[in-house]
Amino acid sequence: MMAAGVDSSDQAPDIGPPLWLLAELTYRCPLQCPYCSNPLDYASQDQELTTEQWVSVLRQGRAMGAAQLGFSGGEPLVRQDLAELIAEARHLGYYSNLITSGLGLTEAKVNAFRDAGLDHIQVSFQASDPELNNAVAGSRKAFEQKLAMARAVKAAGYPMVLNFVIHRHNIHQMTDILDLCRRLEADYVELATCQYYGWAFQNREGLMPSRTQLETAEAAVNRYRDLLADAGEAMKLIFVTPDYYEERPKACMNGWGSMFLTVAPDGTALPCHSARLLPIEFANVREQSLQSIWYHSPGFNHYRGDGWMPEPCRSCDEKGKDFGGCRCQAYLLTGNADNPDPVCSKSPSHDRILAARRAADHATAGLEELTYRNRHNSRLFYRTG
Amino acid sequence: MMAQVPQLRPGFRFQWEPAQQAHVLLYPEGMVKLNGSAGAILAEVDGERCVRDIVARLEQQFPQAGSLAGDVTDFLRDAERQHWIRLS
Repeated sequence: MMAAGVDSSDQAPDIGPPLWLLAELTYRCPLQCPYCSNPLDYASQDQELTTEQWVSVLRQGRAMGAAQLGFSGGEPLVRQDLAELIAEARHLGYYSNLITSGLGLTEAKVNAFRDAGLDHIQVSFQASDPELNNAVAGSRKAFEQKLAMARAVKAAGYPMVLNFVIHRHNIHQMTDILDLCRRLEADYVELATCQYYGWAFQNREGLMPSRTQLETAEAAVNRYRDLLADAGEAMKLIFVTPDYYEERPKACMNGWGSMFLTVAPDGTALPCHSARLLPIEFANVREQSLQSIWYHSPGFNHYRGDGWMPEPCRSCDEKGKDFGGCRCQAYLLTGNADNPDPVCSKSPSHDRILAARRAADHATAGLEELTYRNRHNSRLFYRTG
Repeated sequence: MMAQVPQLRPGFRFQWEPAQQAHVLLYPEGMVKLNGSAGAILAEVDGERCVRDIVARLEQQFPQAGSLAGDVTDFLRDAERQHWIRLS
């Protein structure tokens, strides 16, 4: 049973409320992007929450203080109850964001979602041209559909964010990508260089750009910013740099369990969408209230504060800034999630990052050599895993 | 500027958040927690009132604060630079 009420006396004083709720409605998706952040063994998890269970999650999250809500996946459009959940979110006072590939979207749905109170639609693209886009997405019709849906989103009056995941196979396209976004009248463009979790970690060698590629891309983006400023255009560019080329780790999720709460398709509540790869037990909203999970579950309290930190993090004067970096990255690269994030040059495992950078300078793998995210490949992972 | 009418940009929403005990501005995948005076100013921005009317209403609400024209125009200019609002 899920408890809908919130008992404010039950709140630990030093833990803030979850301000962002990410509802991963499903792992089902028509695309096969080889950098997907979903778990490798997603195909083993078929039990999605029901509409009523999601409504309860939304109510509980809002009562606790969540204001930003993401509908994500997989592809959230495969859920037939999406319009119902959007209406509930609006009624509760969330600002709701639909994170979609655009596949399965229609002009009628774009308008129906707006009428139900959806605030924003983010459409993801894989490249600036149909050939590369469709090769990365593993779908022959994806690009045309995305173009049509971006136009429909704009025509319906939504603010439009276009998202491109950047890797070594499309990083040379920056100017073309931004030209495309400008033609589509995007309000924001997210150029998100690949983060190596889930399928992207599996395919890292085939995805990671070299430093030279990265610097060329960043210069192109900066030139485009100047061009937009000169033209007086408001399109905002967000270039997310890859932490593998940093010397200090990112402040992952702004600190474990500090403001982000993800609920996975099967109801598992997580401090970030990648955390289920960690050897930590996370509670499920089918069995516990969101309030009790956020404030009291061992999973959410595991890496709160700095009591868990080993050296050199424990005595580091920057620990309040980056919280020791990303636990998933520490786990993936060192086998122990307690370790400092190897991105940090003070980490004893920083050589793993240096090795990845060297590999990126000499990588030759083509797109066809990557492991695509689909049910067939996912089953192989959970059989051998 | 006093005759101009400020309006939130499409996609921005302004609301009171009890959990944060603050007004916030929400936009695609983002949220700004506003301090008391920013919240009070944006609460008067409805797409119809001009800056002069907004200043007059705030001065009525906070009579002890004296003239507010400078603070209000500074804030609105900054809000325009941040792309939160349009001035027309």
